[in-house]
Amino acid sequence: MAKTLTRSEASSSGFGVDAEAAKRLLSEMILIRRFEEKAAEAYALGKIGGFLHLYIGEEAVAVGATSALRPDDYAISAYREHGHCLAKGSDPKRMMAELYGRRDGLSKGKGGSMHLFDRTTNFLGGHAIVGAHLPIAVGVGFAIKYRGGDQVIVCYFGDGAVPEGEFHEAMNLAALWKLPVIFLCENNRYAMGTSVERALAQTEIWKFGQTYGIPAEKVDGMDVLAVREAVSRAVARTRQQKTPALIEADTYRYRGHSMRDPAGAVYRTKEEVEREKLRDPIVLFRDKILGAGLLTEADIRAVEKDVNDRMDEAVAFADASPEPPGEWLFTDIYKEA
Amino acid sequence: MAVMTYREALNMALREEMHRDPSVFLIGEEVGLYEGAYKVTQGLLKEFGAQRVVDTPIAESGFTGVGIGAAMVGLRPVVEMMTFNFALLALDQIVNHAAAIPYMFNGQARVPMVIRMPGGGGHQLGPTHSHSFEALFLQVPGLLVACPSTPADGKALLKAAIRDDNPVIFIEHESLYGVRGEVADNGVDDVLRFGEAAVRREGGDVTIIGLLKMAHVAEDAARTLSHEHRVEAEVIDPRTLRPLDLDTILASVRKTNRCVIVEEGWPHGGVGANIAALVQEQAFDDLDAPVGRVTGADLPMPYSKPLEQIAFPHEPQVVEAVLATFRDP
Repeated sequence: MAKTLTRSEASSSGFGVDAEAAKRLLSEMILIRRFEEKAAEAYALGKIGGFLHLYIGEEAVAVGATSALRPDDYAISAYREHGHCLAKGSDPKRMMAELYGRRDGLSKGKGGSMHLFDRTTNFLGGHAIVGAHLPIAVGVGFAIKYRGGDQVIVCYFGDGAVPEGEFHEAMNLAALWKLPVIFLCENNRYAMGTSVERALAQTEIWKFGQTYGIPAEKVDGMDVLAVREAVSRAVARTRQQKTPALIEADTYRYRGHSMRDPAGAVYRTKEEVEREKLRDPIVLFRDKILGAGLLTEADIRAVEKDVNDRMDEAVAFADASPEPPGEWLFTDIYKEA
Repeated sequence: MAVMTYREALNMALREEMHRDPSVFLIGEEVGLYEGAYKVTQGLLKEFGAQRVVDTPIAESGFTGVGIGAAMVGLRPVVEMMTFNFALLALDQIVNHAAAIPYMFNGQARVPMVIRMPGGGGHQLGPTHSHSFEALFLQVPGLLVACPSTPADGKALLKAAIRDDNPVIFIEHESLYGVRGEVADNGVDDVLRFGEAAVRREGGDVTIIGLLKMAHVAEDAARTLSHEHRVEAEVIDPRTLRPLDLDTILASVRKTNRCVIVEEGWPHGGVGANIAALVQEQAFDDLDAPVGRVTGADLPMPYSKPLEQIAFPHEPQVVEAVLATFRDP
């Protein structure tokens, strides 16, 4: 799922990607959206507890970024991480079971929506204290360099992490030690209900890269190819020069902060939300592909059907998975010698 | 066996483990070029290089997070906090992340990391550099807590901590770095299992439990009690607080029927409060007197030397607390 395209593939269509890759990108974005829609339904039915933060509207960031990675590269994220986890290759069945808190979930129901983790895809979590996973990402970068590897780690975070001290500690350490960490800020303009203008003295987040001597750029986070290109550039540079990178993706979440803030209506206008939906990453990319003649309407219907089938399977799997037994309560607090 | 200081014993443990396992590295403020604020890492930069002895800027949360991330993908970081109080800047990383990650991700990730930190009062450093937060970390499931009081235990427990697959809070004491003692130096049979208390002195009249510097104060008090009051105290040093060797403590209390706990930390919700609760829950019928506690004073540490000296326990207070268990209520 996270295959890196070669330059010849990328240029063969004069479009950036060939038909096969375009189909994959579209399919992954639709998969994330359907996953989130199904999760919202299950939440409304009381099948998912706690908080549920949906990624709808931001799909192009996870999919574009992951398409620039190798399977052995790492990704780490905060609590709005379903999209990153799916894009990195996790099985939607086991993810949905985790959201349900069931025993077949990725972490057997102990982590839930905010704490997804999948060792098999090198997706290192799901960390729900804002800003705290940035130093952890730097530690993974440290370990890569320590062992002389050429992997990278992509660290997703929101604009809400930028005023945290750990953002600045992490940027400084990664730059100081030249570590292969790609900081990918998903600026969806609101940290819960606080807009970037109300939170940051410097609202151009990519400019913090300049402060720390980290190559930085801003990218249209609703354009999956633009994200893919920006992350590909960063990955190539990072692998070669072992330098970190900062990318600010300009994106937008359609839903509220969480399911407990259904519309996000208090701190932003309906008009703003409707206007942002006009640059929907899935619609834009689909139109682009059709226009370029890479895929037909029938191809896209087949993609949608395939995704819908996979999501029906995922929901059925989660529904059927038993609750974890009481005897699992105390497992894995410690590893016994 | 060789005689060396607590500081040298810790240094030897680090050196031996770094030789044994290339995934072990040291990280923290002034651990390299400066050779440690308390010189515990002396000579290690020269021996192992800057890749494995990593000086950091002042960013406790940042470099603790670096340790966690590195540990999650298989390295074995030994993080040094210059002073116990500074660990509070990294409390989120330690409690919300290092301790929770193995459970939250159902064992898909481990955090084999040691966080060393020296605490304790007596150096006129006021409330920001003198405290003993053993209880704070003792409370957190997912962490192990070691508190060695001798050079031999310092070395043996640090080696065990580095080899352990769980995050370990390794508490040292600033007043103990120069204390000398016999230490195994054969490099083989000197790894101590966590959860084994040491009986420092045998006695049948009262059990005194002391940790870190207070283990020594308890032994001093026991000698005085024997010479001046004909009371023979059994002195127990728990050596690790999580896991706690409650069996050794209970066996002693069942023999002596009296128990006094000595610690430098604060009284409320302290190590002593915890042990007292466990002892009265499990050995109530064996007790002839309420469990006594001698703790640090319930205040932010003062700077003034005489005030500071009466703010943490000394031998006379321990003797008095023991004698109180023999008086009628």
